[in-house]
Amino acid sequence: MGAFFNGETNPWTVLAIVALAGTSVLSRSLFFISKKDWLLPHWVQRGLQYAPIAALAAVIAPEVVMTQGVPIHTVLDARLYAVLAGVLYFFWRKGAGQVVLGTIAVGMAVYIPLHVGLGW
Amino acid sequence: MFLHSSSFRHPEFRKGVADMLGVAPGIAAWGLMTGVAMVKSGMSTVEALLMATIVFAGSAQLAATPLLLAGAPIWVILATAMCVNLRFVVFSVHLRPYVMHLPLRERLLAGYLTGDLTYVLFVKRFAQPAHDAPGRAAQMAYMLGNSGLNWLTWTVCGVMGVVLANAVPTQWGLGFAGILALLGMLCSLATNRMRWIAAMVAGVAAVLAAALPLRLNILTAIVAAVLVCLLLEKTPLRSKAAPSDKGH
Repeated sequence: MGAFFNGETNPWTVLAIVALAGTSVLSRSLFFISKKDWLLPHWVQRGLQYAPIAALAAVIAPEVVMTQGVPIHTVLDARLYAVLAGVLYFFWRKGAGQVVLGTIAVGMAVYIPLHVGLGW
Repeated sequence: MFLHSSSFRHPEFRKGVADMLGVAPGIAAWGLMTGVAMVKSGMSTVEALLMATIVFAGSAQLAATPLLLAGAPIWVILATAMCVNLRFVVFSVHLRPYVMHLPLRERLLAGYLTGDLTYVLFVKRFAQPAHDAPGRAAQMAYMLGNSGLNWLTWTVCGVMGVVLANAVPTQWGLGFAGILALLGMLCSLATNRMRWIAAMVAGVAAVLAAALPLRLNILTAIVAAVLVCLLLEKTPLRSKAAPSDKGH
């Protein structure tokens, strides 16, 4: 047991982690809580169709072109080529089954050799 | 009904599972590396296991971990997590009409289980909320299958990451598979020119605003993209083949 369970467990940290699970629930269901009838303004409804793709792009872009909060100043970065390969694969095989899975596989097949092998 | 035996038997449940299966390897690698990262940053095994099992929010977990270890006040930790999770609040506005027929407890459960990819896949499959019982049953079954597999993959792999922390090579950068999963989803959403514009505006804005604290750059980027696209809808670009429109 002692070999597996490392570190000292702090009760305050445990409490904070439980509360963190609470923020997952609260943030994702914030607008599910009140049953009061209300309608979104029409322009918000229209605008929301852009939210999913915008959210993905906003999460992805900094992870690809920045390192620790600073934009990269080199093209010798494995992430750039992995993303390029993934996107090309996606639009080449578009319509085929499991194309997202292929995007992940092709991207990693480019990423790992460049990153591990060449240190990009 | 959401968490109910009839949902598990519905054909849409299997469809939801199948759609998530295509991105599950990315989630798995990302979950694994998040579990590894929590242990390597110095959390105790019990703390890391608890975090991996119940929090179910990758970016919030990574943002909260250093604060937890530094002994930051609990309200600072929660405010940080809430800000990192603000995009989910936008998702909850969008998903509200789909789930309000559920009782509160199930709405909270459905919300908790709805990560980025379930939200994206769900609104892609169901552009409009259903208004009759069979339609709602189908949508909830899809959501349960989709988000259930997402939760299971993330949690199991997170726990594995905690357990195997010292055996998993971190220098391989396996966590990048998670970004590639999101990238594949982005491509499948990019079905028209306006959505490409939304993606580009959001990507550029997120990088430009990266210095904002608490990862508020993400929410800023979403708002910017939505506003730019709404404005462009109102005043469409004059020519379809404008020189600035190279698309991708």
